[in-house]
Amino acid sequence: MSDIQLRGTPLLDLHKRHDGKMIAFADHELPIQYAGGIISEHLHTRRAASLFDVSHMGQIRLMPRAGQTENAARALERLVPSDMLALPVGRQRYCLLTNDNGGIIDDVMAARRDDGWHLVVNAARKFNDLERLREGLETICAIELLEDRALLAIQGPAAAGIMDAVVPGSGALRFMELREFSWSGTSLLVARSGYTGEDGFEISIPGESADALADRLLGYEQVELAGLGARDSLRLEAGFCLFGHDIDESTSPVEAGLEWTIQKARRPDGVRAGGFPGEKRIFAELAEGPSVRRIGIYPTGKVPIREGAGLFATVAGEQQIGRVTSGGYGATFGGPVSMGYIDTSFAGTDREIFAGVRGRMIAAKCGRLPFVRHRMKTTSA
Amino acid sequence: MMKFTAAHEWLVIDGDVAKVGITKFAAEQLGDIVFVELPEEGTVLEEGAEAAVIESVKAASEVYAPAAGTVLEVNAKLDENPSLVNDDPQCDGWFFRLKLDDPAVCNSLMDEGEYLEFIKKV
Repeated sequence: MSDIQLRGTPLLDLHKRHDGKMIAFADHELPIQYAGGIISEHLHTRRAASLFDVSHMGQIRLMPRAGQTENAARALERLVPSDMLALPVGRQRYCLLTNDNGGIIDDVMAARRDDGWHLVVNAARKFNDLERLREGLETICAIELLEDRALLAIQGPAAAGIMDAVVPGSGALRFMELREFSWSGTSLLVARSGYTGEDGFEISIPGESADALADRLLGYEQVELAGLGARDSLRLEAGFCLFGHDIDESTSPVEAGLEWTIQKARRPDGVRAGGFPGEKRIFAELAEGPSVRRIGIYPTGKVPIREGAGLFATVAGEQQIGRVTSGGYGATFGGPVSMGYIDTSFAGTDREIFAGVRGRMIAAKCGRLPFVRHRMKTTSA
Repeated sequence: MMKFTAAHEWLVIDGDVAKVGITKFAAEQLGDIVFVELPEEGTVLEEGAEAAVIESVKAASEVYAPAAGTVLEVNAKLDENPSLVNDDPQCDGWFFRLKLDDPAVCNSLMDEGEYLEFIKKV
C-alpha cells in the first residue's frame, strides 16, 4: 500500500456505482475507465457525448481588491504572455504561466468574471501556480484555491442539446464563453470548452451537488461516463498538450507550437510588448524560429510509439533528431498516433523518420496536428 | 488440460507442445488491446525470455515464455484483429504454440482452481 493519502473527488461514489476502474492520479482516486473500456468511451465521445470527472484539476479564484480590477489584469500579464487586459468579462483564454527561462510552469484556462478571475489549472501544478500567483498578485487580489468545488466536463456533439435542456440557456454559450447559471438551486459556472477536440462544456459546481448533476446528465441515453484513459487518447488525437509530458519547465511556448497564446498586444510590435517571464527567449524564437518544434508523428505500421521513444533521421539511428512526448492509439484516427519534439531542420510534412521502440527502428512520418479535425463551437449557430 | 502461470499466462499442453495465451484476468487488467507483437516461428526461447509484446491503449506489456522451447506457430489472426485477446483470451485469442524442451516442467504450474485462488490475492 502506498502511504500517500489519495483523495476521492466528490464523484467517488458515482464512479464506484458505475464500476469505474480506479487508479491514483495526481494524488486523487479517479477512474481510468469504466466497464466499456477506453476505445469504446473514446468513440462514444466523438459520436454522442461523454461525461468526465475532472475535479482533480485546481480551481483558483482571484478577487481583486477594491479598485484593482485593471491592475489585476496587468499583474496577470506579468506572469503570462497573453493579452489579459482585452479579454472581455464572460470569456476565457488558454494561457501559459512562463518561467524566467521561457519554459512553461503550467497551462491554464483563465476566465474573466465581473468580479475577478476563475482559473483552472493542472492538478499536479496547483501549488506551483499558487506560489507564482501569490508572488505576482498577492497585494492586488485575494487568491483562493477552491477545494470544495467539483469540475465536470461533458464533451461530444450531443453535449449542447443536453446541456441546454438541463441548464436552460447554456447551449447558447459560444466556444470559450462562460457564464453563471442556476441549476436546482445551485450556482454553476459553465464554460463552453474542453480537452477532446469536440464541442462541449466544463461545469464548476459545489462538490455536494456534483453527484446529482452527473446523475441528471447520465439520465440521457446519449451520455456515458468516460475515464482518464479516453480523456488522454482524445486529447492526443486532438493534438492538445499534456503538462509534464508535452510541455514542461524546459519547453517554450514557441517550441510547443503554442505561440498563438501570445496575442498581438504582447508581441514585439504590440502595444504592451513583452514584460512576461522568459520574454528574451520567447521573442528570439518568434523571430528566428525555435530549434525544436512539437509535431504530429504518424507511425507507418501498427506499433504504437510511446512517450520517451527517440526519433532518428535514418533507420540506422546514428543521429537522434527528437523524442516522443505522448503516444498511443487513436481510436477515431484508427491507428497509432504520437506527438513529440523534432529538430526543426528535419521537420516537414510526410518526411520519413524512425523511432526506437524496444531496440528496433519503427518507421513514421512527420505531420501536422491534430490527427482528427476539431469540432469546437467556434462560430455561432 | 489448461495450466496457469503466476505471470497470468495459460498453457494447453498436448504431448510436448503447449499452446500459450494470456488469462482472462490479465486481458481485463490490460484493457483494450490494439497490437500484439508475436515471435517469429522457429524462435528458440529460454524460460522467462520475452516472447511477445502486448500493446494496449494504455501501455506496452511483455509476455514471457512460460517454459523453454521453440515457437512452432503464432496466431496470425491477432495481426488483423488484436481485440480477439480481449474477446476470447483463453481460446481464439491464443498467442503461439511452443514445442517444449521438457514437458515435465508444466507439472509444477497451477491448475485452474489454484490460479483462481492466486488472483484473489493479486
